[in-house]
Amino acid sequence: MSKSRIDARFAALKAEGRAAFVPYVMAGDPDRDTALAILKGLPAAGADLIELGFPFSDPMAEGPPIQRAAQRALAKGMTLQGTLELVAAFRAGDAATPVILMGYTNPLVTWGIEAFARDASAAGVDGLIIVDTPPEEAGPLADACDAHDISLIRLATPTSDDARLKVVVSRTSGFVYYVSVAGVTGVKEADAAAVAPQVARVRAASGLPVAVGFGIRTPERAAAIAQVADAVVVGSALVDEVAEAVDLNEDVTLRVLSKVDSLAKAVRFARRVPV
Amino acid sequence: MNAPTAPSSTSRASTSQARPNDYSAYPDAHGRFGDYGGQYVPETLMPLVHELDAAYSAAKADEGFQAELSGYLKHYVGRPSPLYFAERLTRHFGGAKVYLKREELNHTGSHKINNCMGQILLAMRMGKTRIIAETGAGQHGVATATVCARFGLPCVVYMGAVDVERQKPNVFRMNLLGAEVRPVTSGSATLKDAMNEALRDWVTNVHDTYYLIGSAAGMHPYPAMVRDFQAIIGLEVREQVVELEGRLPDALMACVGGGSNAIGLFHPFLNDADVKLFGVEAAGEGVETGRHAAAINGGRPGVLHGNMTYLLQDREGQIKEAHSISAGLDYPGIGPEHAFLHDVGRATYLSATDTEALEAYTLLSKLEGILPAIESAHALARLPEVTREVGKDGIVVLNLSGRGDKDVAAVAAHLGMQI
Ligand SMILES: Cc1ncc(COP(=O)(O)O)c(C=O)c1O
Repeated sequence: MSKSRIDARFAALKAEGRAAFVPYVMAGDPDRDTALAILKGLPAAGADLIELGFPFSDPMAEGPPIQRAAQRALAKGMTLQGTLELVAAFRAGDAATPVILMGYTNPLVTWGIEAFARDASAAGVDGLIIVDTPPEEAGPLADACDAHDISLIRLATPTSDDARLKVVVSRTSGFVYYVSVAGVTGVKEADAAAVAPQVARVRAASGLPVAVGFGIRTPERAAAIAQVADAVVVGSALVDEVAEAVDLNEDVTLRVLSKVDSLAKAVRFARRVPV
Repeated sequence: MNAPTAPSSTSRASTSQARPNDYSAYPDAHGRFGDYGGQYVPETLMPLVHELDAAYSAAKADEGFQAELSGYLKHYVGRPSPLYFAERLTRHFGGAKVYLKREELNHTGSHKINNCMGQILLAMRMGKTRIIAETGAGQHGVATATVCARFGLPCVVYMGAVDVERQKPNVFRMNLLGAEVRPVTSGSATLKDAMNEALRDWVTNVHDTYYLIGSAAGMHPYPAMVRDFQAIIGLEVREQVVELEGRLPDALMACVGGGSNAIGLFHPFLNDADVKLFGVEAAGEGVETGRHAAAINGGRPGVLHGNMTYLLQDREGQIKEAHSISAGLDYPGIGPEHAFLHDVGRATYLSATDTEALEAYTLLSKLEGILPAIESAHALARLPEVTREVGKDGIVVLNLSGRGDKDVAAVAAHLGMQI
């Protein structure tokens, strides 16, 4: 069921002739209830798919914004169990929007890889991105995902040459995530002109839609990337909204969702060049 | 006493991994020591770790590289380091003869330089032009800054902001050597966070940067490579002890942080089943208090910094901060080969508390006129049990991994004195 949720969404967007907008938010940031309110509000604000981070103490590929989001979530007691509960609560009201969990290996090892895939699937998770499980280490995880109909989504990067790309796209489904900059999340900016040929390369190697993320913060940049990619992911800019709203004592949900709205509109109205 | 008492040959080995016949076959082609090790790194870094693996394999097989390294180890580091019979220490415990492998006499004052010299030569061979490193106490940072100065390469050392405060003299030494020390404020602002930050730097500067990891930890090929560069310790001990005693020792001892000085001593003896191996972890305020750095004695397997190994972690798999008087042992993990040696029962991992290490520090100073690094003092603290178990006719070799001058202020503070 769940793999097809991602496929169905990309098929529908293809028919519309536009790219997907994919917000990344952190489970439990700034607290459980607010995170759930944000999650529930995302589809109406323009999210086509959702990436939901689950917090880890030592996120080695994240820049300061997502590091801090994870710290806020952990400080409020968010767990992997809590993350699956958030997904289940979201799923109760939305059967169509794909949810992809993104995070690090160790909490999964603690849960048990096979059991986690089963429980995530039952909660309504459609895909997994595990940043520090490269293809070389992914055997057990790929088996578990296959058994429970979850897409294991891989990261392709500026350092992936053609030979590497073949390895990266093995045993993957749903879409491929192209990391548009060599670096951590939320620091460098993605350049649409440089990204375009890379997206084409990844699409050709995988036969799957290609999402681009890691260096996109503004509606303008999102629109530019939307012209060359199948999906645009924005994370650090959204968790920064959480941080600022908390600092300024503003309504966090409102602030995050209005940012999502402006980014989603930019993606929606960007005309895609024919590919 | 908080640490486990007399080591016994009935280890707590798990039965899931069989004891191998030939330990030199590890790691396997996937960088695995049994269930441990591997390459759990973000995709951006995968091509780089593969490149490093290939470059190291080629260098390892290249006689020219090995000869160049040997030359620097002899003339710059000051190798071989002596194997010294600690007569008064031996008499004090009344058991086995105690020999000290004097790694503290190396240039920069610890074993860390062995690894740094190997890796800097490799980095230059690979055409890398910028060196980054992580450091806890600052010993590895100083050793890295030293080789960078020697070969004229820019050097950035990541150090937890908490450790920068605790280890000011070493920060100044690194600056004198021309390195830039970047305080890390993320997470718990200690060694594990410094390692996170170094990895983030590497992900960002993939083209010119070489990450010089300071212990036999992290992702493959580091655990194997750092072990190989440190194995000079065990290789020298083999020759020296045979020359002095006409036979191999009965037991080897070393402190274990990430595990590089220990694996360097142990590795050349792994296939000698009669040589017992004892690693000593930092028990901090006591393993039972939860405030310690004993990954094997107080942790469980998981994935951090690119490898599967024993880790301090909570029920959810979040990494816990380590606690030890010794900044060099203050790390929540341990190198994957040690995790494997523990599981198969080849090595025994004991622990020593802050207090026990302090007592051993002062004991060695008074009995032998040698100030040990507070890290090495953890191994010294378990000498009573090990010399008793090995017995009067036996031989124990303990790796004195570093010198203790760097620790005098901390030791004085713990003894309630001002200097
Ligand atoms: C003198 C000394 N011994 C031991 C260690 C611990 O490291 P390892 O376990 O890698 O030998 C350190 C680390 O800083 C050190 O400085």
